[in-house]
Amino acid sequence: MSGNANGYKWIGTRTIRPDGVDKVTGRAAFGADFSLPGMLVGKILRSPHAHARILSIKTNKAEAFPGVKAVVTSADFPEIPASEAIKGSSPPNYRHLSQNLMAREKVFYDGHAVAAVAATSTAVADEALSLIEVEYEILPHVTDVLEAMKPDAPILHDDLFTGGVDPKPEKPSNVAKRVEFAIGDIDAGFAEADVIVERDYTTEGIHQGYIETHAVVANMGEDGQATIWCSSQGHFMVRQYTAGLLNMNIGDIKVTPAEIGGGFGGKTTVYLEPAALLLSRKSGHSIKMVMTRDEVFRGTGPTSGSAMTIKIGAKKDGKIVAAEADLKFFAGAFPGAPVHLGCMCGFTPYDIENVMAVGYDVVTNRPKAISYRAPGAPIAAFAIESAIDELAGKLGIEPLALREINAARKGTRTAYGPTLGVVGFEETLEAAKNHPHYSEPLGPNQGRGIASGYWFNVGGESSASVSINEDGSVTVTSGAPDVGGSRASLCIMAAEVLGVDIGQVRAVIGDTNATGFNRHTGGSRVTFALGMVVIQATEDCVEQLSTAAAKIWDIDLEAVVWEGGYARPAGDNAGKFEPLSLSDLAAKTPMTGGPISSKKSSNVQGAGPAFGTHICDVEVDRETGQVKILRYTAIQDAGRAIHPGYVEGQMQGGVAQGIGWALNEEYVYGEDGRLQNSGFLDYRMPVASDLPMIDTVIVEVPNPTHPYGVRGVGEIPIIPPMAAVANAIEDAVGLRLSSLPMSPPKVLAALQNGA
Amino acid sequence: MRSLVRELDGRFPGIGAALGDGMAVAIDGQIFQDYFLEEVGPNSEVCFLPAIEGG
Repeated sequence: MSGNANGYKWIGTRTIRPDGVDKVTGRAAFGADFSLPGMLVGKILRSPHAHARILSIKTNKAEAFPGVKAVVTSADFPEIPASEAIKGSSPPNYRHLSQNLMAREKVFYDGHAVAAVAATSTAVADEALSLIEVEYEILPHVTDVLEAMKPDAPILHDDLFTGGVDPKPEKPSNVAKRVEFAIGDIDAGFAEADVIVERDYTTEGIHQGYIETHAVVANMGEDGQATIWCSSQGHFMVRQYTAGLLNMNIGDIKVTPAEIGGGFGGKTTVYLEPAALLLSRKSGHSIKMVMTRDEVFRGTGPTSGSAMTIKIGAKKDGKIVAAEADLKFFAGAFPGAPVHLGCMCGFTPYDIENVMAVGYDVVTNRPKAISYRAPGAPIAAFAIESAIDELAGKLGIEPLALREINAARKGTRTAYGPTLGVVGFEETLEAAKNHPHYSEPLGPNQGRGIASGYWFNVGGESSASVSINEDGSVTVTSGAPDVGGSRASLCIMAAEVLGVDIGQVRAVIGDTNATGFNRHTGGSRVTFALGMVVIQATEDCVEQLSTAAAKIWDIDLEAVVWEGGYARPAGDNAGKFEPLSLSDLAAKTPMTGGPISSKKSSNVQGAGPAFGTHICDVEVDRETGQVKILRYTAIQDAGRAIHPGYVEGQMQGGVAQGIGWALNEEYVYGEDGRLQNSGFLDYRMPVASDLPMIDTVIVEVPNPTHPYGVRGVGEIPIIPPMAAVANAIEDAVGLRLSSLPMSPPKVLAALQNGA
Repeated sequence: MRSLVRELDGRFPGIGAALGDGMAVAIDGQIFQDYFLEEVGPNSEVCFLPAIEGG
């Protein structure tokens, strides 16, 4: 199938996904599917304590056990002083990352890695772990964000002092930093409001829930050259972080990407790779490490949980005049909660003159938080979009209409500084209003909720090459893992530029030696940024193809045009020559100057921000507290949907995750600070039978900075659902629930208490 | 942008370091995660903001 109403040949069509056959037949190779001769099994010993000082680690018995070939602890990792914590391009805090991957003086959470072993089998490795003797001094722990901020809270880090406050504190704190974003005069704004709503909200820590656990096969040669096979959201990131943690040259590590079984931000860092390389170096063998699900929950980053206060004031006509947010996010064991992003995104859908958003990044005795799909924004949106709904109720204005009155558009000044360019929020509201779902009748105990959301999207460093093969087929090689259909999108864009059949184009993801640097896949960047460099490289190939044709015809380059996949004479004056196809030209490259290929690297800027608006219908069972999703429609501005099927998939997936976040998912910690639900039986994520089909509407307000108008799409859809569900529950049974998850016990208790 | 930051640091010593790593900039509404060499017009709106990570 080719051609669409936009006038493009391939842009906007639903081509066959290139990874589909491998994935449905089981041929696709994921991180755990690689094996090497003589490979050993690597396993991690993890702390059973939430907070403890490590007094001693004795590994001699483990090392002596038959079949054990190596044991490593933090002593095998280079010590990274605070002065060298931040180094290189787009770095993490290497000191914190190192301490997280292998505990040094203290363990900071149940599941914190303490040692690693390499053995001839899993059984031997497990036995070896049991033989490692760790002496702990158990310390008081704190897992709640508000408790962690109290003056008498157990302090996790003696060298952590709150940033962003004046005067600079002299005592260590669990508050890593305070951030503030403000425009206008918040007090004056509230003074002129006719109606004010104010409420506290809480959310729990939530795991990304990727089906594929972390897995790596690593080999360190005697010459110090290392090879890693792993699934990640960025093999260049894996190479960079591993080199930084082990004081290796980046060029001495090659990382080959595997297919990825979900990441959602949770695989934008490393957990196993450095330990695997150290075990390989010590043992002289390749090492394979695969996390169990228990380890994923106890040892890898969830997103933050929060305590928030939102206050919004408006005039009687619905114009919002003041909005205030106080966001406290816990970061887990080391600083880095995405609270600043929550502050920046939360009120951006609305044109408000007076805004104050304050955020706190707080450490707690939990796994170190890492990105989860639009990090920070869904948490803030739950509270803010719920408050908007409550405000609408108090004003007697329909929630969608209230959003229309205050909608941000081109020229709106955001609270985090910049003025918005071309954006499509109003278009999503219009599409919601006109959708049949919006006016569908509801029955008893049923309700409808509306919520919106905003995300910046990013670009970033991207490298790709496009080659015309000897038979005229085309290979697009890029270096960012495909988590959402980017291979299909890159093929579509290259085929569009060349004007050839989509079947002639293949996209591959090369290892770290195959292309220049690529930032990891995240921030909804790949179709936009990698697409940009692929388009540029393909256009360069068209130039080379035209040059080759000019040489064959012995005419000037200016007399050649490229149309519909062929080089053609520009007019009769150029000469009467038969058009030349890619295969015609490829066959003659030895005579016309050599192979035709192009590579481009660029730090792509100008990512188009985007908005979404969702409609959710629920039915509340008053006897059990269960909330059933009856119908869900997600509307989103994609700029230009390169492959609509993939865009719809991103929207549906984000919604499913948001519903799980809203209704069931949470970490349950005991009094001892240990995680009690480290498996999918008790960490309840939605399954197919829990949800109806998620309807999607793609709105297209093209991003003016991209040749095809692309905006990132992967992260927006997780932002509105929690508030959409909460607002629907309020509509159904008249209860404003402000604490996630809105699980059956909590809903039932609220119904019984009339909260 | 490099010149702008240099000028700001001259007027407010120390601000150059604060506007370094971990900061992005929006010039006339367009966000640049790495802004060192980006052009700024005489009437441009320039906003410094934290760098954006995604998931």
